[in-house]
Amino acid sequence: MVNVGKDQATVFEPSAPYAIEVNDVNVSYGTSRAVLDVSLKIPEHTIVALIGPSGCGKSTLLRSMNRMNDFVSSAKVTGEILFRGSNIYADDADPVLLRRQIGMVFQKPNPFPTSIRKNITWGPGINGFQGDYNKLVESSLRRAALWDEVAGKLGESGLALSGGQQQRLCIARAIAMDPDVILMDEPCSALDPGSTLKIENLLLELKERFTIVIVTHNMQQARRVSDYTAFMYQGELVEFGPTDGVFETPKQELTRDYVSGRFG
Amino acid sequence: MSNTHGMTPTNSAIFGGSLRIPGEKAAAKPVVRATWKPRQRWRAFSSKLFFFTSLMATVLAVAALIYLLQSVAEQGLDRVSWSFITSFPSRFPAKAGVKAALWGSAYLTVLTAAISVPIGVGAAIYLEEFAADSKLRRFIDINIANLAGVPSIVYGMLGLMLFVRICHFGRSLLAGAATMSLLILPIIIVASREALKTIPTGIRHAAFGLGATRWQTVRAHVLPSALPGILTGVILSLSRAVGETAPLLMIGALSYMAFVPETPMDAFTVLPIQIFNWTARPQDEFHVTAAAGIIVLLALLLTVNALAIFLRMRYQRKAQW
Repeated sequence: MVNVGKDQATVFEPSAPYAIEVNDVNVSYGTSRAVLDVSLKIPEHTIVALIGPSGCGKSTLLRSMNRMNDFVSSAKVTGEILFRGSNIYADDADPVLLRRQIGMVFQKPNPFPTSIRKNITWGPGINGFQGDYNKLVESSLRRAALWDEVAGKLGESGLALSGGQQQRLCIARAIAMDPDVILMDEPCSALDPGSTLKIENLLLELKERFTIVIVTHNMQQARRVSDYTAFMYQGELVEFGPTDGVFETPKQELTRDYVSGRFG
Repeated sequence: MSNTHGMTPTNSAIFGGSLRIPGEKAAAKPVVRATWKPRQRWRAFSSKLFFFTSLMATVLAVAALIYLLQSVAEQGLDRVSWSFITSFPSRFPAKAGVKAALWGSAYLTVLTAAISVPIGVGAAIYLEEFAADSKLRRFIDINIANLAGVPSIVYGMLGLMLFVRICHFGRSLLAGAATMSLLILPIIIVASREALKTIPTGIRHAAFGLGATRWQTVRAHVLPSALPGILTGVILSLSRAVGETAPLLMIGALSYMAFVPETPMDAFTVLPIQIFNWTARPQDEFHVTAAAGIIVLLALLLTVNALAIFLRMRYQRKAQW
């Protein structure tokens, strides 16, 4: 196995407009380098999957897109990531405002230990939402395909729901902010196949309104839901292109070995 | 968490060595097994031995407590009465009571809480939620841990210098409460930080991911979840303050007081000092009075501790993940 190097990587350039542009991004934790010289463009209203073996840097890359890496004190990001054309790592960029526009769903469902309703309304509340909160709760839960299951018990604790329901609550919570982009870090890895299917169907509906970047360990999932796929290996972006192409006619040998299940 | 995709565990093996080509089979080798020495009887015996030892340790601790309670109760229980609680000290042992000391202890506790809780919890929030991991923070960490181990008499000396002399508080309730606050601050900080640490990072990330500032995150999610733990720490450290004698002797709490302090600038005495004073008298009758005072002090401490346990149980049922 040899590293591909930036010049040998196959990086497709989708057509504009872009939700996020990643330009020559490097992320390191202390002396270990997690993401190496990655550049890729994420078009609006698409689902982009980041795949690759454990430790390949895909989650790190995802978390650098809404500056969640700021909370890891040793993390250092160089290069630029453009959101709506401006660099989110510029000195005058405000990460709090950024995260209001780029939502996130985490690997482990993490509802707040409060009521289902409060889970949805808290984020919009602190950000000055002026509309009707009852409608917001209903529409967010409907879009997250959870409304029918929780309509009668909005006052109950979010923690009382099943794992799959909790994760859809977390998606509803992210949707309620009406963000431009939703980042998902292996959102189905802790869920059973039934819940996974529900969330996958949900993603396909959500992309009408949002741009979604999803990290997944599950190649079948990437294939089922995404429009574009980025394959990363040992911190480098090996191949990025339309999902069908990456899975059926990969340009790189490493990609071919990975998607055919020879390693990873 | 189950590994539904069946990939994760094998990665390290693959990256550590060469790729195994499907279809390639390892040559069959004779199986060699190591000899094992289970030492079953020794293990069973040592397990029993440890069970017995730890049981004895528990029995010893409880027995010592029971002996203490029993001897104090035997001496002083008859002396505890309503008039004992509502009378001022007297040079006649039969008339002496703990009114001034009881009120002094109560006021001192409330005032100490008012000073130490905002500062202690605030410092814990800063260190745990706001401060970046820097050399300065680690230096502060070590110092706070060390301060918790400083003998209380040293705090008494500091209080005498700082509050009684430099701040001109005099030998007042306020000087006592400030000194006690210094004494229990490290404990409150350490306990509150431990409580904050138990809150899952996922909650914080969820809030940050919705565009919350650090303070909004702490205020709405972290602090409410950590509250039972913080409360327990606060109450236990206050109960330590109730029982402390040395620092207050140092700053000059009175041992004979025939009035109840009315403002924070008044002179004061507390239960442990009153008890200490009575035990130092030569008359046997005063020793009985001291035993009665100990009963009142123990009852006060047990009430405070019971309150801590009650609060912890009450709030813990709510938050669970």
